Amino acid sequence: MSYIPHTKEQTQEMLKAIGASSIDELFKDIRPALRPRSFDIPEGLSEFDVIERMRALASKNATGLINFLGAGFYDHYIPAAVDAITERSEFYTAYTPYQPECSQGWLQAIYEYQTAICELTGLDAANASLYDGGTALYEAALMAIRTTGRNKIIMDSGVNLIYRTMLYTYTSNLSVEFVETPVAHGQSSREEIYKHLDDKTAAVIVQNPNFFGTIDDHSDIAEKAHLCGALVIASVYPVSLGLLKTPGEIGADIATGEGQSLGLPLSFGGPYLGFMACKKEFVRKMPGRIAGATVDKDGKRGFVLTLQAREQHIRRERATSNICSNEALCALRAIVYTTLLGKQGLKELAQLNYERSEFAKNELDKIKGVEVKRSSPTFNEFTLALPRNADKVVAEMIDKGFAAGFPLGRFYKGMDNYLLVSTTEKRTEEEIKEFAEALRVVI
Amino acid sequence: MKLIYEKSIKGRRGFRLPKALASKKCDLPKKYQRVKDPDLPEVSELDCVRHFTNLSRMNFSVDSNFYPLGSCTMKYNPKFTEKALKLEGFLELHPLLPQLLGGGMLAQGSLEVIYETERLLCEITGMDAFTMQPLAGAHGELTGAMLIAAYHKHKGSRRKYVIVPDSSHGTNPASAAIAGYEVIVVRSDKDGCMDIGAFKEKLNEDVAAVMLTCPNTLGIFNPRIKEIADLAHKAGALMYYDGANLNAMMGKCRPGDLGFDVVHLNLHKTFGTPHGGGGPGAGPVGVNDRLVQFLPISKVSKRDDGTLYLDYNNPKSIGYIAPFYGNFAVILKAYAYMLLLGKEGLTEVSEYAVLNANYCMKLLKDHYELSYDRTCMHECVFSASRQADKGVHAIDIAKYLIDKGFHPPTIYFPLIVKEAMMIEPTETESKETIDEFIAAMIEIAKLTESDPQVIKDAPQKAPVKRLDETKAARDLNLRFKGSP
Repeated sequence: MSYIPHTKEQTQEMLKAIGASSIDELFKDIRPALRPRSFDIPEGLSEFDVIERMRALASKNATGLINFLGAGFYDHYIPAAVDAITERSEFYTAYTPYQPECSQGWLQAIYEYQTAICELTGLDAANASLYDGGTALYEAALMAIRTTGRNKIIMDSGVNLIYRTMLYTYTSNLSVEFVETPVAHGQSSREEIYKHLDDKTAAVIVQNPNFFGTIDDHSDIAEKAHLCGALVIASVYPVSLGLLKTPGEIGADIATGEGQSLGLPLSFGGPYLGFMACKKEFVRKMPGRIAGATVDKDGKRGFVLTLQAREQHIRRERATSNICSNEALCALRAIVYTTLLGKQGLKELAQLNYERSEFAKNELDKIKGVEVKRSSPTFNEFTLALPRNADKVVAEMIDKGFAAGFPLGRFYKGMDNYLLVSTTEKRTEEEIKEFAEALRVVI
Repeated sequence: MKLIYEKSIKGRRGFRLPKALASKKCDLPKKYQRVKDPDLPEVSELDCVRHFTNLSRMNFSVDSNFYPLGSCTMKYNPKFTEKALKLEGFLELHPLLPQLLGGGMLAQGSLEVIYETERLLCEITGMDAFTMQPLAGAHGELTGAMLIAAYHKHKGSRRKYVIVPDSSHGTNPASAAIAGYEVIVVRSDKDGCMDIGAFKEKLNEDVAAVMLTCPNTLGIFNPRIKEIADLAHKAGALMYYDGANLNAMMGKCRPGDLGFDVVHLNLHKTFGTPHGGGGPGAGPVGVNDRLVQFLPISKVSKRDDGTLYLDYNNPKSIGYIAPFYGNFAVILKAYAYMLLLGKEGLTEVSEYAVLNANYCMKLLKDHYELSYDRTCMHECVFSASRQADKGVHAIDIAKYLIDKGFHPPTIYFPLIVKEAMMIEPTETESKETIDEFIAAMIEIAKLTESDPQVIKDAPQKAPVKRLDETKAARDLNLRFKGSP
């Protein structure tokens, strides 16, 4: 079974029309010497057998842990309507809308998504999506280098280590100079950033909330960076933008981020959604697909992919990026999600996240030997100082039914006793209290 | 159709959130709060569902239309793979869980999916190891180019160039450039294959790799592929296989056996996972022994007791190219697809993909210019040059096909064919469907002679008529800005 509809008779008719005696004759250019040395693939299975196998595999994964683990990837509730829409095969079995007249649904959805990203970030223009928050940040760094003609990047170490590491990987064959500046009292160290800021700096990269969950107002950094002709790239958590100052409001030139929190399941790391927005003067330097409004022959509004002259299929080795496929279906989830939540809903969602986290802080602070780090305000994630190794505490908490958080010692030297805890709107008052009680017992 | 923003009614809500714990106001200092609320739509759930349902109906898709978009392998996406994805245990697994102490045992099912998919892909392609991390085909290309750079750097050589044929996908030179290489383009010969003489001239000790699609973008299998690989290897260069066209080759030949050192595959093409309107895809990269040590971190490995773990101990690795383990949901669907089809099914895929393409080619070649008239593999490339002489261009043909209910072929690619139309029917399309498409194409060829204006006025039946793309690029309008 391979979903091939041909009957034997039809196969013969088609071969006859072609003038070939067998299908194998069509493969004559692949001489015997070029044939596979081996092709040891198991025999096919029935649909039922495959699903049973998948069921068995899925059951080997943990389910039912109460999640306080975030670290950039969050356990938010996904409204059922998000699935209902993205399961429509008119969306998911289409491809990149190269032919706009038969892809208006997709193009309009992307245009609406771009609008939502602009509204969330407070910037002028957004692209149709990138792979994930990390590749989006790397594309933003390259965009800043292209725009300024400079090659030095100052990066706050409050940026997710996964993204920082990805950036180093991607730029290892290009001549990019990176300076990492430390976090001071939970926020970006102005002193260190300004020390390195100069006329060779292409961009300053900051994250808000940063990896420790703390909130900052980077307006002053943006002002100083602009005086040096450098751009500011803000990596942001979209749900937090229901409440927090936007990249646009702080004066950032480019915003990127991981859109997973906008209606995408955690799904063991992917597919996720990289988003990017920028000020209008940089639009033509932006990578990726971009949908734009135009009119048809009769003057009726319609949508197309635009600014394609930046892209690889036109400009080849001189393109702004090599990206071709993006994460359109994930972007669709995001636009349906933001539509359902709406103006008021997103604001309330952000406040719920903030409130749950403040409640959790208070509950956890009551545990003897545990200290909530409060040097700066946080959004829905915060750092706990534990009396002993956080790795081990987390392992013991798993036995109690909790994914307790992310042990910071894995990413930061000297932080072995620190735990990063996140609470979303899904965590109830009871769960938070049970979590605090379990932690008290474990410690 | 109105935008969702234009349907917004102040105060309307579409989703009910959990109750707040306390009614007290948010105490976050104002300086950290946004000043202006985001202008998101205010609609009901029905408003939202109806809006996007109606948008979906304005698309052509594989489930609704024949979609012979060359190079994209728009085959049928079996529904059972979507079902596998939704099983509890897969969907909500946090990617950091196996990175916690003892957490690996909580993700054995997902790790096994990745591990087993790697093994199957190794056998299908003849490579020694795979990384499942690249998130799309072009991302795989970039990863491959970085692996090549790491290999040469490790050997202490500083090679500067990557060779691509003039028929290559645009992503090939773009990926090579982003990995830090300069690109050398080699012309094609009269048979549509990379010109060996020209290739030899360009090949030297500064060439890091040769990037090829096989069969190439003309749908032609280069019978001299082994010779090219031998020449490249002799010069110390590596061979890169762009897997866009693997759908033609399964069970018939393997890139590893042909001498390729690095391959990327497109799970969303060959292995039946949906294209999602432009993603998510997955672009796993396979390598032979020479490059295994450079693969990205982390790798799923097996302990002696049979359990799986994430291996971070890889000092020569190029590093992190994705946040986690790849587009897991896509990998899962491709794995399920391979399990169902099995050895025989995968081989049949390529056989019938090639049969369908040759059938299309044969029945259309009296009506359209065939630049390279020879047995094709899974796709065929025509030129609309004869029609263009009468004022009907490839784009006009594409638009008329929309009125006939067919998604157009890829047009104006590959660049070496004037007025190119690249047709890839895939194996899942029936003879009846292909016959209808052929009839439409023949109708167009005839109308070009009798009434070309009808074609130039297409589409008439789509939600919009022909769109002004020049205006879109000139008067940029990339977002809704509120009602005047």
